[in-house]
Amino acid sequence: MSLLLVSGTADKLMAGSIIASGGVANGMDIDIFVSFWGLMEMKKDAPPNMKLSFEGKDMADQIFAVMKEKKVPGWKEMLRQAKDVGNIKVYACAMFADLMGLKKEDLDPMVDSIIGVSEFVDMAKDSKVTLFI
Amino acid sequence: MAEEIKADKVVDARGSFCPGPLMELIKAYKEAKAGDVISVYSTDNGTKTDAPAWIKKSGNELIKIIDRNGYVEIVMKKVR
Repeated sequence: MSLLLVSGTADKLMAGSIIASGGVANGMDIDIFVSFWGLMEMKKDAPPNMKLSFEGKDMADQIFAVMKEKKVPGWKEMLRQAKDVGNIKVYACAMFADLMGLKKEDLDPMVDSIIGVSEFVDMAKDSKVTLFI
Repeated sequence: MAEEIKADKVVDARGSFCPGPLMELIKAYKEAKAGDVISVYSTDNGTKTDAPAWIKKSGNELIKIIDRNGYVEIVMKKVR
């Protein structure tokens, strides 16, 4: 399975983490390519993500309050847990990393390496499921 | 008298949300030896269907699903 995490809102990123977990449960190998706003959230110094995509904006306060109350882990923690258990590789997009001057050490330790889009598409072309989130 | 099955490993995932309990179960499974009995406690409704499906799909044995007071206990045996 190949996932492209491009959006930087908590709902989209969490969807990515949950789908990756489902992939792990199904014994799939998962390659995740992180770019643009997703990659900005993958920075080590990114503050806790309290952003929702447009259609969820009106519910943001309620959603984050419920998640806090029920101690739902954040998207990074969820992805890290799935990565601990299954075969997940996380790649940062070289183009966007260059654009923003980001190096591997600026990113969360779960990022395995920085690769170009062609290398990722080469992985994706043989995978059964590819999702752009 | 209820039949008691002794678990080699208990995963208490109560309070954890989908897919947390299943991930914790898979982690425990990977660390276990063939023949080990693993028990997972979960308060998450998705686990009731997700965990048994995973146990069967992964070629392991689902021993039983017990509705406890406020949570579910799923017992499996690691076959391979």
